[in-house]
Amino acid sequence: MQYSDEVMNHFTNPRNVGSLDEKAADVGTGTFGSPACGDVLKLQIRVDGQGLIAEARFKTFGCGSAIASSSLLTEKITGKTLAQALELSNKEIARELQLPPIKVHCSVMAEEALKSAIEDYQAKNARHSGGGL
Amino acid sequence: MTRKFKTNNEANGVSGSGRGSSRAVYLDNAATTAVDPAVLEAMLPYFCDQFGNAASIHHDFGCQAQQAVQNARGQVAGLINANAGEIVFTSGATESNNIAIKGSAEKLRDKGNHIITCAIEHKAVLDSCKYLETRDFEVTYLPVDSLGMLDLAQLEEAITEKTLLISIMAANNEIGTINPIAEIGALADRCKVLFHCDATQAVGKIPIDVQECGIDLLSLSAHKIYGPKGVGALFIRRNRKENRPAPLIHGGGHEKGYRSGTLNVPAIVGLGRACELCGENMMRESERLGKFSQKLLRLISENVDHIRINGHQENRLGNLLNITFEFVEGEGVMLAMPDVAVSSGSACTSETLEPSYVLRALGVPDELAHGSLRFSLGRFNTEQEIDLAAQSVIRAVKKMRDLSPLYEAAVIHDNDEFRNSNEESITNEEIRNPKL
Repeated sequence: MQYSDEVMNHFTNPRNVGSLDEKAADVGTGTFGSPACGDVLKLQIRVDGQGLIAEARFKTFGCGSAIASSSLLTEKITGKTLAQALELSNKEIARELQLPPIKVHCSVMAEEALKSAIEDYQAKNARHSGGGL
Repeated sequence: MTRKFKTNNEANGVSGSGRGSSRAVYLDNAATTAVDPAVLEAMLPYFCDQFGNAASIHHDFGCQAQQAVQNARGQVAGLINANAGEIVFTSGATESNNIAIKGSAEKLRDKGNHIITCAIEHKAVLDSCKYLETRDFEVTYLPVDSLGMLDLAQLEEAITEKTLLISIMAANNEIGTINPIAEIGALADRCKVLFHCDATQAVGKIPIDVQECGIDLLSLSAHKIYGPKGVGALFIRRNRKENRPAPLIHGGGHEKGYRSGTLNVPAIVGLGRACELCGENMMRESERLGKFSQKLLRLISENVDHIRINGHQENRLGNLLNITFEFVEGEGVMLAMPDVAVSSGSACTSETLEPSYVLRALGVPDELAHGSLRFSLGRFNTEQEIDLAAQSVIRAVKKMRDLSPLYEAAVIHDNDEFRNSNEESITNEEIRNPKL
């Protein structure tokens, strides 16, 4: 697969790899994909007192474009409000990484994992303190 | 001109001097091989100097070409213990497989409409069979066991009065498992069914004797044995005239009518020389590559846990290793080791986004097929390259596991459980777990 320089940049030096404490109230965790399909993306966000995404971390099982999509996603959402983060679409990631058509689903995974992480954070905080967007 | 070519070959390190450090270690010889300089040297005169049409035997140009082709026919035949007259030159093993299967089906359709093949054959065989299914032929796709082995009893049971052809490969291209072709040939002979063997991966690596193995039709390709791309051969047994396949390509009656079209003389000369070299070097070369692949496996398994070897451990081509690295995806691993060229059974490396159908047929779960890499060693690999490749693989798998949520969940959080299952999953290899 011939990838763009952008994909190779993120693949070679992935940003924000790691894990946050899944149990912490200010952390939302989203996982998308399945091992059998060859892609699993785990995204975690930590939301600060102002409602901004202070930290984003990922771990991804998958090909180069799945890893690059995850890495770019964490860069893009850090410092954003949850509402701003939700505006991010997979098309933007696919465009920036110049993903080949057959790999566009990798950017969709990133978007889905993000939605799921935000939902997880909101569900937790609805229970605990009623916080949210 | 000739001198320039030779210089380039020497620069490629094929004379044993080793490749330039910037070039990746090539461990994808089951996909294709570099042309051996001795093969290229044999071919070169047939481009600009002895360029005649092998069919133009009324002048010297044509006669020279025809002689060269006849010489190559003998060289190909010699490698598989056939007669020169039983060799038909084609554009490669895909075409040879097409002629063998579709041509035989057409020729014998009055006798029957049933073909037996196997689920892990090459696509050139499977797709030819699928095509015939649209033309009212019936095809039995025999399953294999978890090591890629056929059940001969099952093969025998599958044969009916309508069976006209059995098409079984000599050795599998993804896992290297070798089939008992002599037994299959004997069975086919007993049942009066034609036996076609796709020996593309096996010729030049293990001895293949069409007489001993009772093979009626055999496909081979030049570019898997250090010859040029775009040329291959089909062996068609002489003594069964009524069974010989109908041609797919008409137009001039070249190759006794089996395959019309002006012969690609330089490529055929290259195929011949490549076969000759294989015959001369096979034992020494397979011993050497067997040692190298064992070393590669040892270095990897000493340093990487949670690996599985796909295919048969002993009954396989010595130059080929197919290993699943659990919790990582093959394309990612390959991307993380640009200094090593291999293949993967991962969906991400296929056009269809499906994992390897061969590994699926072995019962390998998709998540493990995604993490498989095929290492296929070749004539020009050096031991130093094997050491370098092993280091790169170890590093790349570690890098991808550091990124993997599956590794994190399974190993970091639940170490003991997976360590136990790992011991069962690795056969015949003592695996150490240096560090997790």
